[in-house]
This record gives sequence, C-alpha cells and structure tokens, in this order.
Amino acid sequence: MSELVLHIWRQAGPAAAGQFVRYEVKDVTEDMSFLEVLDVLNEALRARGEEPVAFDHDCREGICGSCGMVINGRPHGPRRGTTACQLHVRHLTPGVAIWVEPWRARAFPVIKDLVVDRGAFDRIIEAGGFVTVRTGSAPEANTLPIPKADADLAMDAAACIGCGACVAACPNASAMLFVAAKVAHLGLLPQGQPERRQRVSRMVLAMEEAGFGACSNHGECMAACPKEISIDFIAQLNRDYMEAAFRAFAREKAGEPTEG
Amino acid sequence: MELRAQVPSGPLETSWTRHRSEIRLVSPANKPKHRIIVVGSGLAGASAAASLAELGYEVSCFCFQDSPRRAHSIAAQGGINAAKNYQNDGDSVFRLFYDTLKGGDFRAREANVYRLAEISTQIIDQCVAQGVPFAREYGGLLANRSFGGVQVSRTFYARGQTGQQLLLGAYQALSRQIARGKVKMYARHEMLDLVVAQGAARGIIARDLVSGARTAHVADAVVLATGGYSNVYYLSTNAKGCNVTAIWRAHRRGAAFANPCFTQIHPTCIPPTGHYQSKLTLMSESLRNDGRIWVPLTGGDRRAPGTIPDAERDYYLERQYPSYGNLVPRDLASRRAKDVCDEGRGVGPGGRGVYLDLRDAIGRLGRHVMAERYGNLFEMYERITGDDPYQVPMRIYPAPHYTMGGLWVDYNLMSTVPGLFVIGEANFSDHGANRLGASALMQGLADGYFVLPNTVGHYLAQATLAKVDAGHAAFREADGQVEERLRALLAGKGRHGADHFHRELGRVMWDECGMSRRAAGLNGAIERIRALRDEFRTDLHVGGSGTDLNQSLEHAGRVADFLELGELLCHDALHREESCGCHFREEHQTPDGEAKRDDARFSYVAAWEFTGAGAPPVLHQEPLAFEVVHPSRRSYK
Repeated sequence: MSELVLHIWRQAGPAAAGQFVRYEVKDVTEDMSFLEVLDVLNEALRARGEEPVAFDHDCREGICGSCGMVINGRPHGPRRGTTACQLHVRHLTPGVAIWVEPWRARAFPVIKDLVVDRGAFDRIIEAGGFVTVRTGSAPEANTLPIPKADADLAMDAAACIGCGACVAACPNASAMLFVAAKVAHLGLLPQGQPERRQRVSRMVLAMEEAGFGACSNHGECMAACPKEISIDFIAQLNRDYMEAAFRAFAREKAGEPTEG
Repeated sequence: MELRAQVPSGPLETSWTRHRSEIRLVSPANKPKHRIIVVGSGLAGASAAASLAELGYEVSCFCFQDSPRRAHSIAAQGGINAAKNYQNDGDSVFRLFYDTLKGGDFRAREANVYRLAEISTQIIDQCVAQGVPFAREYGGLLANRSFGGVQVSRTFYARGQTGQQLLLGAYQALSRQIARGKVKMYARHEMLDLVVAQGAARGIIARDLVSGARTAHVADAVVLATGGYSNVYYLSTNAKGCNVTAIWRAHRRGAAFANPCFTQIHPTCIPPTGHYQSKLTLMSESLRNDGRIWVPLTGGDRRAPGTIPDAERDYYLERQYPSYGNLVPRDLASRRAKDVCDEGRGVGPGGRGVYLDLRDAIGRLGRHVMAERYGNLFEMYERITGDDPYQVPMRIYPAPHYTMGGLWVDYNLMSTVPGLFVIGEANFSDHGANRLGASALMQGLADGYFVLPNTVGHYLAQATLAKVDAGHAAFREADGQVEERLRALLAGKGRHGADHFHRELGRVMWDECGMSRRAAGLNGAIERIRALRDEFRTDLHVGGSGTDLNQSLEHAGRVADFLELGELLCHDALHREESCGCHFREEHQTPDGEAKRDDARFSYVAAWEFTGAGAPPVLHQEPLAFEVVHPSRRSYK
C-alpha cells in the first residue's frame, strides 16, 4: 500500500477555464489499474461532497478506445502499447507525482474534466471509411483468396481503436495516423479497391474540415499509439492521396467528370 | 399476457425460407414513411440500423458511448461460428444447430436455433465483403479454429480481436448510412424509458448525457439491442457501462422477461485481486485449444507451477471428460474449476484460481506460432498480472460473462409489446441455458443483418398505427416519470455512492446465484436485495446536477434497475427446480455432480410478467416442443 499524488485537470465545461488540482490517493496497490486509482479518488471525493473527476472509460481491457488521458505528458501514460485502462500502478515510477490532463486538440473540444468530444473521428469514417456492400449482396467468402501477408498487414492497420492518442501526441494535432490506418486497412484488401481513390480523397478532406493539423513527420503518433500502428501507413496514405489527386486533375484537364 | 411464438409450421429445414416468402412486405415507396428506433450500436444494433436504412427506412440510433464504435461487442476476442465446413471435418448446418441446442441443454426453441445455424454462413460472406480481415491460410483462404463444446473446427477469427473487427464492419456500414442521412445517430444518449401508446411501442425517452436534457423520440417500431446484464454481479467481463436499464424499463412497460437466471459464468478470466477491483478480464476460450487446465494433485501445494512434475498435477478436465477434454462447454469448465478450488486445491491468492498452461503447446508449436494465435492475449495478461504466460502458466477463474436470458421474443424477434423488437444478447432467443463459445457474435449479426430487417417489415405492413407525436399523453407520462426518477436520485443525501450498493448486490448475486444455487441461499438473497433496495433509497448520495455530464447519476440509475432485476433473477432461479446448463441447483444433481435436468416439469421458457413495483412477477410458460432433436442427457465424457 502506498500513496499517490495526482495533479488532475479540472474543467467544469467547454467554456469554463480549467486548472490542475492536487489530490492525494491513499491505499494504492501495485495491482490496481490507473483507472481504478481514479475510481478510489472519486469515491473519496464523493464522500467529501466534491464532484468526482469525469473521464471516459468502458471496456477497461484496452479495446473500446473510450479512455484517453495524457499522463505525465504522454497519451495513455508511460508504457508502450498500453491504454490508460491497462496501465497498472506497478508500471509507474514510485514517488513521482502524476499529472493528468485531457487530449488537447482543436478538433477534440473538452466536454468536462478529462472528457473530450471525438465526434470528428466518426465524421471522417462517415466520409468514406467503409466498403459499400448492401446486406445480403456478398459473394461466397472464399471466392476471393487474399494472400496471407496482405490480410495480416490489413489486420495490423485495422487494429486502430480510435482513441485519439495519435492526435494528442502530435505537435500539429494531426489525425493522419488514424486516417492512414483505415485507408490502409481497406486499401490493402481486394474488397476495398473499387472505392480506393474516392475513399482517400474524401477522408482527407473530412480530416481537414474537422480542424486537424497537417503531418510533418514527427512520428510521435506511432510512439503514443496503444496498438503500435506504424507510420508506414501514412506513407501509403500519401501515395494513395497523391495518385487520387493526380488522376482527378488529369480527368479535369481532359474535361471528364471527376470522381468524389 | 399471451406467448405466441409464431414458429412456422412444416419442416424445420425450410421454415425460415418459407417464412420469408410468406411474410408481408412494405413497398419501397412506403419504407421512408416509417421511422424505426434502434437502441444500442453493438453488433446487433449497428447491423440492424445499417440494414434497415439500406432498405429505405428512416432510422434513429442511440448509444450511451461517445461513438457507436465503442459498444461492448468490440471486446469479444475469440471468434464467430459458421457452418461453412471449409475444414471438411463433417460440419453442416444441422450439426451447428444440434451443437447449439445441446450446448444450451435443450432449453431453446428449435426453429430459432436452426435459423441461426442456417444464416451463419451468410454472415461470413457479408463480413468478408465489408473488409473484415479474418485470419487466412497461406493459400489465401479463410482459416478456422475450434471452440468449446464441439468436435469440428468452425470458428472464424481475426487474431484475438474478432468482435472488434466485426463491429468495425457494422459500424462502417452504419457510418455510410449516417452520411446518407438515413440514420440519425444519437451518441452519448441513454434510453430511460419505453413509450407504449395504444398498445404498441411508439418511442422512447432518452437523456442527453452531456447536457442532461430529456428528449422524446417517436417511431413506428422500437428495436432494443442493448446487450446483456452480467453487471448485476458487479464484477463481470462486461464493460463498465453495460446495463439492464433499457430492457428493464421495457419489462416494466409490458415486455416479458425470459429465463433471467440463465447467466453464463465464463471459465477463463483473470482472478480478482482486491476490493478496488472494477471489472474482470476474460482470456479467450480459444486458449483452451492449446492450453491445458490443471491444479496440483494435493491441496496446499505452494511450489512454483513449473517445478511441479506432471505426475503431481491433476489435469482434471482431461481426466473427467476424456472425449472433450479441455474443450468442454463453459458451464462445465466453470463448475469443475469451482469444485477443485472448494476442495482446497486452488492456486494463487485466496486459493481461487486454476492454471491454464500453454507449456506443451509452446514446446510443440514454438513461440512464433503461439504469438500469432494469442499474442495480444498474452500481452494483456502480462499487463494486468505482471506474469509472462510464455514462462509461467496463466492463473484463471470463472467470472460472469454473458446472459442467455433476456426479453422474451417470438420467432420474428418481437417482444410481448407489439412493435417492440429485441435483438442480440438483449433477447433470450437462441442459447437456451448455456451459450457455446463464438456464438454470441453469430447471433448478434444474424438478428441484425438478416432476421430483423425482414420481420420488422412484416409488422409494419399489418399494423394500424395511429398518428402519435411527442405531445401524446403516453409520452408526457413517461417523460414525467423519468424526470421524477432522476430527481429522486439527485435528492439523496445519504452516505454512499451507487458503487457501494452495486458491489454489495454483486456479492450477494455471486455468492447465492452464481455458479451454484440452492433454495435457502436464493431465499436469503431475495430478502437481502429487498433490504438493499431500501438502503439505496435512504442512503444514496449522487451529487452534482442533472443538467450536465454527471457519471455518478448515470451509474445510480443503472444500479437502481439492477437492484430490481436481481430479485427477479433469484426468483427465476428459485422456481426452476432442476439443473440445466449454467443453472446448477445443488438439490438437483447426479451422484457424480452433473446437472440433473427435469424435462417432464421444466421443458419450457419461463417468461415473467411485471405486475407492479414490489408485486410478485407472474410466470408464463412457453412449452418447448422438440420435433427434430430428441433431448438427451448432455454428456461430454
């Protein structure tokens, strides 16, 4: 059992000014998850008549992507490939105070305390992050063999949990890794080919409209990603985007209708 | 209340095809005139909302998470079953049907289960077309693995993230419809009541969890896809937000609740470590393909597991069930784990754990193959426990995981309230008294993609629906009741947060209505839950306000409903004087400790009618007729 000192960002609402507040949490054990430390703190706050710290969380097994907070300057905290909910006290350096704050990005406005609005990610997927296939119209599943290496690479990209750590880590608050992961997941598979170019164009446009910054190759996103998604996918995104743009330009010059 | 199952007559094998050809249709011109509410955005909800919108209906979809992509289906690890027979190992639609029915200990409806098995193959086609990156063989074709309770290899998977990938497929289909304007998505909204007007479900009262505003939503049909209620046990493998509120509120408005006591305790979860424990984490059943489960032969053996020689280990599942071994169904694997721990042979803190040992498989297949199959599970285990499963056996113990019970539905997935449909884990329909692994994803998607979009049309085509708007008396009344409930929760000036009551409810449920149940314990549990409800009323403290994001208030409302459900669950367990599947009554067992089913008295679905707060629920029975399969004594020896 030990005590943890936490400095947590408290902000009553989107328009309110926020500030760090210092808390001491007693009876912390090394088997606790970081969110369980917040649970214990919240129970104590409630008992004292103070308002608990609001934070998003749900599955607590690192897959739903709900939780997200910057812990000592790093999205999801110090441990590589680990979401905040899977961070355990044994992974923290004993005796070091912990600073906790929300994702900070213009496209992710703070709702309250550590809770932010990540609706911009949904809008990017809505813009084109899918394969158009009506229910019931699919061919037999084994009709189209997919080389195992392609399927595995697509799965690497598809592992994105949409938590937003990449945006929080990026000095430009860019969402390129998130977009690249979806573009690569679908673009690597034969099923994703027919819409490949319009997908990338539309998703990149939606990303820009949502207020995310541009990528300038810092690579912080990959270091922060709890699923360790590679920035190689960003290179793939750039290639696909350039190709789509050139083709659209060529068609425009030729007076042909352009695709989306 | 009358239970009309609406099962088509005639041969089982063609009943779904016949039914689809015979049911009424809504013309393409009329579909956009109907609005349908879908509550929940997991596999069942997202697939239903997307498919209904593709057909032309106007859809409103609700989820309490910040995005529909986060619904708890996302956490399903192991896989999804389908009778493709790609392995040439003798699988067929009939065999999947039979395995599922037998796995459920013959407490499910034949026609529903057959339809599920039949649709299973289409689901895989649909998901592959969406770009779900299922595991593949080197030749580029789809790979399979085995799951518990069956002797064929029919489970499709995407590493240990099958639920995630299937959900993203459905979420992406849903997103396309949101962009088209056919689905209006309400994220961070929670359904707090069902509105029934003139005998039909016509809408819901929802609360915007950010602003606190209550809003009324009117529709021609309401679909609940809100998942299961394992969190009645407080500690479960479910996400923290999973709750019973939507289906409980619908139950209070007239929807019968079927087989609430059929709750699955999953055998392979990471054991809890302390009072602060907020949830339990599942280790996929697929590990039982390659893992061997054991405890030391003698109690009190404190040696490190690696130093205990094989001769002093008891591989108790392999010993007791030679033909299925480590792949017995979940209910049996859980009970046997409890037995060996009760005998004092459990391992780890408190003696509540058994070893799941991958040593032999690592030796046989190599670390690389194991990492490919289970890498993410091993990492998750290491993060939570600090132990490396490549080096030491995992310690596991059973935990609440899934609920086979749920709102009663007919063959069309409609509840006892006309116009109220219930799909996925929220209904009771397909798994009987025990669900086989990799069947939940199958059922959620079968209901959402393929069954519901057909049967909703059948209802709409024949219903005469009066014009109703949010000013209707039924909406005003429901809204007033929701407002009053929220006010009462916020007014509490007691000593404890909702967690305190939730934990105590969970303890009572786990001790008395968990893996093993007996009359005296259940009666005691009912008394304790009633007292706990009184304590909740007088001693709750929520704090904050109802006009902004207030997670304490959200939780308190859910706990209030769990406190009512808990009693019904115990009541159902008490009335079912037999053991079947997950429901093990100590009074009803064979000399070797196996479940003793009583088909003469209990071959029925127990559907409970709500008759008022505090009033005893009324039992309605839907007899189970087995025309194709003869219920046998379930044996996996």
